[in-house]
Amino acid sequence: MAKKSISLSKEFLKGLWDDNPVLRMLLGLCPTLAVTNSAINGLSMGLATTFVLLSSSIIISLLRKVIPHQVRIAGYIVIIATFVTVADKFLAAYLPEISKALGPYVPLIVVNCLILGRQEAFSSKNGVGRSIIDALGMGLGFVFVLVVLGSIREILGSATLFNIQVLGDWFNPWMIMILPPGAFLTLGLLIGLGNWLNERKVKI
Amino acid sequence: MNKTAKMVIVLTVITALSGGILATWDGVTKPKIAYHQLQALKAAISDVLPSYDNYEEKDINGNKVYIGKIDGSTQPVGIAFKVDGSGFQGNISIMVGVDPSFTSITGIKVLGQIETPGLGTKIVEDPSNKADPFWFPEQFGGVVLFPQIDVVKNSIPQNPNEVQAISGATITSKAVVRIINDNIQQIKDSYQSAN
Repeated sequence: MAKKSISLSKEFLKGLWDDNPVLRMLLGLCPTLAVTNSAINGLSMGLATTFVLLSSSIIISLLRKVIPHQVRIAGYIVIIATFVTVADKFLAAYLPEISKALGPYVPLIVVNCLILGRQEAFSSKNGVGRSIIDALGMGLGFVFVLVVLGSIREILGSATLFNIQVLGDWFNPWMIMILPPGAFLTLGLLIGLGNWLNERKVKI
Repeated sequence: MNKTAKMVIVLTVITALSGGILATWDGVTKPKIAYHQLQALKAAISDVLPSYDNYEEKDINGNKVYIGKIDGSTQPVGIAFKVDGSGFQGNISIMVGVDPSFTSITGIKVLGQIETPGLGTKIVEDPSNKADPFWFPEQFGGVVLFPQIDVVKNSIPQNPNEVQAISGATITSKAVVRIINDNIQQIKDSYQSAN
């Protein structure tokens, strides 16, 4: 049981940096690339995904001994899809503007491999407490990257941040940043930056 | 208990619970979602018609039209309806308001589109034009529908039936005009034959 010796704080922090879902594991890239054309979209997508990840982790870690191994994926998908639909309806009912901006990407959280990946790799093998910590860490790591990505693209592509103008009229927005190529460029540079920082950390 | 039976039972219970949760949640959110949709519809109608006291919803040959009326007057102030068509990347849906005789447009509002961000999306709002970000939809107000709406490029419209294209988004600009032109005759005919 060497695994249990990992402290809870490490379990939480690994999602933020060492095992960051986007920068280190390259999971959930479809929503990461598609909805981060503004900071608010990145934040809403990140929070919706975190909600689904956290809720499904709790349920699946509770049921981990009940669900037979052969049908676990089917079971997980039903549980995840339930929470995704709850989140989708919640956004449509209480935050219609955000729901409209995110469009089909909210229902598509179902197929985000980050969520199924964590259930398979973590919640199905660990208790509720640890699963909650893991889901929160992973979810916040995801939110963090989406907000950074969305902020960079929004500042350079629309000269605004959270819809507030941050760059003056002298700045001519780089249209490409809010188009799909801008997502690839920014994500590539962020992953490169992450790798560079990690390399330095190891050397020191 | 044998394995197969356990699989069936566990999956059945999970899906049944999931169904129950979703049905309950749907009941909670449905009226709110319907309310937002109605608000959006009302806002769109009041954006494209001159001021009115109330509107009447009518179904004519499968087309929904919204007739704006002023209290105490039998003559409507205008008629609003939704038209759809393909743009540069996907479907564009537009709320169009016209005067009761179908001679000119009173206003348009783009309800849904997936055009190129920063270019085609200027049909909704143009952030690069700080003085008048809504210049594109606004220029439709007063445009004459006869013989049809035309698009001009790189110049100020000279005739009452012309609108100016967005530079860099000519296809989207033309699509908006085409969608209106293509649909208006049919709605006009069915509206006038119903009255």
